[in-house]
Amino acid sequence: MAEHAKGSGLEWVWLTPAHRRGRAVALLVAAVCLSWGWSHIAARTTWGFVLDAGVQLQDMGLRMFPPDSTYLVQLARPLVDTLHIATLGTGLGVLIAIPLAFLAARTTTPSRRILRPVALLVLVTSRSVNSIIWALILVVLVGPGLLAGILAIALRSVGFVGKLVYEAIEEAPALPVTALHTTGAGRAHALAFGLVPHVLPVMAGVSVYRWEINIREATILGIVGAGGLGMALQSSIDALAWSRVSVILGVILATVVVAEWVSARVRLRLA
Amino acid sequence: MTTEAARAWRPPPRIASAGVRRAAWVIAAAYALFAAWTIDVDGARIAEGAARAADFFGGWLRPDFVTRWTDIRAGLVESIAMTLVATAAGFVLSVPFGLGAARNLAPAPIYAGCRGALAVFRAFHEVLVAILFVAMFGFGGFAGVMTLVVATVGFLGKLLAEAVEEIDPAPLEALTAAGATWASRITFGVLPQVMPRILGLTLYRLDINFRESAIIGLVGAGGIGATLITAFARYEFESVSAILILIISMLFVAELLSSRLRRRLL
Repeated sequence: MAEHAKGSGLEWVWLTPAHRRGRAVALLVAAVCLSWGWSHIAARTTWGFVLDAGVQLQDMGLRMFPPDSTYLVQLARPLVDTLHIATLGTGLGVLIAIPLAFLAARTTTPSRRILRPVALLVLVTSRSVNSIIWALILVVLVGPGLLAGILAIALRSVGFVGKLVYEAIEEAPALPVTALHTTGAGRAHALAFGLVPHVLPVMAGVSVYRWEINIREATILGIVGAGGLGMALQSSIDALAWSRVSVILGVILATVVVAEWVSARVRLRLA
Repeated sequence: MTTEAARAWRPPPRIASAGVRRAAWVIAAAYALFAAWTIDVDGARIAEGAARAADFFGGWLRPDFVTRWTDIRAGLVESIAMTLVATAAGFVLSVPFGLGAARNLAPAPIYAGCRGALAVFRAFHEVLVAILFVAMFGFGGFAGVMTLVVATVGFLGKLLAEAVEEIDPAPLEALTAAGATWASRITFGVLPQVMPRILGLTLYRLDINFRESAIIGLVGAGGIGATLITAFARYEFESVSAILILIISMLFVAELLSSRLRRRLL
């Protein structure tokens, strides 16, 4: 079979030569980057600690079990706080994001030269700074506690929700808005009845999805002092109370799984 | 009268049942009250913070790249190294997990195991995983790499599994009918259908991993985050601002590059 193919000069090959060359170059670049990265990390690693990891894990595991179940009662308040941070933060973020999305969308922005770039810059900045860094900044500004957490979640959510909503606005069909204009509707009415019904399901879906992500983020904001389960976790780790740490991790896992389930159900209904 | 009726037209409500609509409002109001009652806002502390805000934003406007440049550069270089290694390792490891978590390829027990593992990888925030790994592997970039690998496998594995579940089954059936082995069924029947999408997502994950490398340093897992938290702890807001500006601009460049690369892939 192979001989026949060679003889005829028409051998089946998986990739064209150009394809193969492209792949080889990509692989080479990846390999060089990787070996540099790995040697950089490896040179700065204390290998004794790494080889010891199994023992450490076993040790931690032994200290974590049995979990201190009486501590569960004390976790009710931090858990409620975490839910507040995620929910109120998402709500505030969405409220700020929606006007920004209308300013940033090419089809609805009142000024393409000034307001649109400004809105886009705000959205990019919000997305580039992680919520825990926002929390770090806000704890300095408004003091430790729930408020810092809520604002941190809100500031991070603005960029995420804003970006997805403005993309949805740009992708919405233009015809309903034009139709409304031709019947004599004003700009506000045309948008409210021609565009908003298209964008609203996206808005709701994105908000619920962000809420789910925010639950996860809210569980750790307390590490820098912004309230919730993270605060309890940090103080338990500082006190070396590992039997409490395992309880907190269990509560976090349960919360995240339930939130993911709720979010999936709601988004399924919305779609 | 007809004109009046026309003016009184309202779009039909989104929630058809009036009872459910009312209940939604009541629940929302009750939640708002409950939330307002639980959160205590300390006005005095915020007033105090306002002075610091001036300080902070003053620092933001005068970024200082010079004073801590050696530390900042070391942090950034380590972050980049962590990102590259973790993304590559995570990509390689996500393939078996992703194939195992695809309902149309894997037998039930393997499917359940892989799905469960991926769910656990994604449930814990990177910072929590980093705390655990720093305790296990010691301070520094290695713990950071391990953290990012776990997060990357959770992310790419789930998306790969979903992509595999949506493939066109015809090539796979043809290969099976021709007597192909399992390995070549995967190589020629499955991977060509999902790889462009997964490579695009890997590039996106590269971006996320760099972003995350800036925060897992807060708990001791190396990278630019370690430099950032030190600058914060010393109230050197000029350096904080310089670091944040560098992170944002690097992410901006990375986004431009990766969107260009992704366009070539697809």
